[in-house]
Amino acid sequence: MSAGTLYDKVWELHRVADLPGGATQLFIGLHLIHEVTSPQAFAALHDLGLAVRHPERTVATVDHIVPTTSQARPFADSLAEEMLATLEANCATHGITLHGLGSGRQGIVHVIAPELGLTQPGMTVACGDSHTSTHGAFGAIAFGIGTSQVRDVLASQSLAMGKLKVRRIRVEGELQSGVFAKDLVLHIIRRLGVKGGVGYAYEFAGPAIEALSMEERMTLCNMAIEGGARCGYINPDAVTFAYLKGRPHAPTGEAWERAVAWWSGLASDADAVFDDEVVFDAAAIAPTVTWGITPGQGIGVDETVPTLEQTEADERPIAEEAYRYMDLSPGAPIEGLPVDVCFIGSCTNGRLSDLRAAAAIARGRHVAVGIKAFVVPGSEQVAAAAEAEGLDAVFREAGFEWREPGCSMCLAMNPDRLEGRQISASSSNRNFKGRQGSASGRTLLMSPAMVAAAAVSGHVADVRRLLAIPTNPEPAATSA
Amino acid sequence: MSTSPFPSGPIQALRGHALVLPGDDIDTDRIIPARYLKCVTFDGLVDGVFADDRAERAGDHPFDRPEQRGASILVVNRNFGCGSSREHAPQALMRWGIRAVIGESFAEIFFGNCLALGIPCLTADHDAVLALQAAIAADPGTVLQLDLDPPRVTLSGDGSSRVWPLGLPAGPARMLVSGEWNGTAQLVAHDNELRATVARLPYMAGFT
Repeated sequence: MSAGTLYDKVWELHRVADLPGGATQLFIGLHLIHEVTSPQAFAALHDLGLAVRHPERTVATVDHIVPTTSQARPFADSLAEEMLATLEANCATHGITLHGLGSGRQGIVHVIAPELGLTQPGMTVACGDSHTSTHGAFGAIAFGIGTSQVRDVLASQSLAMGKLKVRRIRVEGELQSGVFAKDLVLHIIRRLGVKGGVGYAYEFAGPAIEALSMEERMTLCNMAIEGGARCGYINPDAVTFAYLKGRPHAPTGEAWERAVAWWSGLASDADAVFDDEVVFDAAAIAPTVTWGITPGQGIGVDETVPTLEQTEADERPIAEEAYRYMDLSPGAPIEGLPVDVCFIGSCTNGRLSDLRAAAAIARGRHVAVGIKAFVVPGSEQVAAAAEAEGLDAVFREAGFEWREPGCSMCLAMNPDRLEGRQISASSSNRNFKGRQGSASGRTLLMSPAMVAAAAVSGHVADVRRLLAIPTNPEPAATSA
Repeated sequence: MSTSPFPSGPIQALRGHALVLPGDDIDTDRIIPARYLKCVTFDGLVDGVFADDRAERAGDHPFDRPEQRGASILVVNRNFGCGSSREHAPQALMRWGIRAVIGESFAEIFFGNCLALGIPCLTADHDAVLALQAAIAADPGTVLQLDLDPPRVTLSGDGSSRVWPLGLPAGPARMLVSGEWNGTAQLVAHDNELRATVARLPYMAGFT
């Protein structure tokens, strides 16, 4: 059993009561809601005759269903409009802050809470969305919940939870140029599997983790759930504090000093005990691309689609299903595979540093003929910051569409979706069958820079090659 | 589709036909594609159950086979319900008629979402799941007797019966058997304890 970890400390601090069933009642410090998983929770609360216990600890935004072309109201999709109208009504009724469209603070829930300074070390964070693990980047214990649990948090600011085991994932060394947090997490999931983390919280530690920016840490923790771990976290440090300082909800003055002292004391002790430990070498990781239908089916861009012989026996049935669905042959190279759509955005990779990394590839190049490429900033703040430094112009000049913030084609609950058998190069988090809105659509997950590389190449390309070569201001392969 | 009422009260045992859905890592996007999440109630979700998989298999999907109609116990393989936290997945399965799931393993959020609806997710080891699935496939009309205390499934037919022990963590088992699986009232009742917790969390007072 783990001891002395951040997870243990935060768990104990937030323990409200031991429940008769054996679960722990855990206080939730920050509750984030959005339009998809909250309406039924509010309805249930109403049916039970209960009020929202701590409306000031719940914050709402709208992200999943918003169009990214025009966000004028009412939306063309009446169901989407009804969902947002319902969220607005529920927030108004219960006194919950809603960062709505055009507020300057709207965006993907896992992008806006960190950038507003709402997410802080040592908090418990819950949201009706599995990518809530993102907030663990700050040393918070953050996890996705279902709608019944959203109801419980609204009613009681707490949840019935079972304690997880803690696995430390130590990453030694340094990531190579052209290799990003996205590649690191795809590599980890490839090695530990999509169910390797079930029953665990993942603590990411080691020199390669400490060297990551906060935005990179968010990318890493965001995808802990894709490895089966309901939450992933990183101990708070100077990088965390520097990111938080001055954010709208961050403490100021003497309160800031007290906060930093408290946060610092929550980091896992030097002699903390973990239930399990795994070590990776960052330097050995290449830009990684998924070839299959689970986030664990990833390979280095310079590798080939694994054969059945190269696949563990119990993973062979899903490998065979993936060959069929993706129409890929075992042993085929992934580099050079033509793509149709290139999507840069999502709660995994829709932050400013992601857009900068993609723009660095797009600058002076052009999207290849026949490719649809678009960039969806993760929030209104990300959009404004990107536009202030001219990234929107870089993308537009390169033939990318520059869109309004939202979840977009990550899950296709809005007009952005694949059609038919299209293949996308996508900076999002899931390559499940049908995930991007077409029942036969195919998704290749990769870093934003790799998506940009695919867009300008017309096929999966090794971003390291594009980084090494000087860009040609008059590229031969341009399109209108 | 079942017309039996949604779960309520203590859940000690269930009896019903089984439906085998083979495959590892079946995610909640497959259980209910995202387009069906455009709703403000769970009422209409039943149409979305495995909608894309069923369309692809044009009537040959386990959820479409006539002999499986009315099944209430779903038998799956490993890591069922991974991916998105959408409670729409178990809500849709429940509206289709599923009242319990047996599998080798479950994604955690899915397990918790099912528990909150009174739908037990029970585990069995790899070989037991395969044997159970084979036995059901051999006789789709067979009736399963599912007990939660102790957790086990009994498959009867041809004058003989076979029993497989199942796994269910003690906490969820107690919650289901006692009928306290829908615990909002329990959480709300601990308001004094909640206040005490708030008092020891410096961020709740803005670190003043």
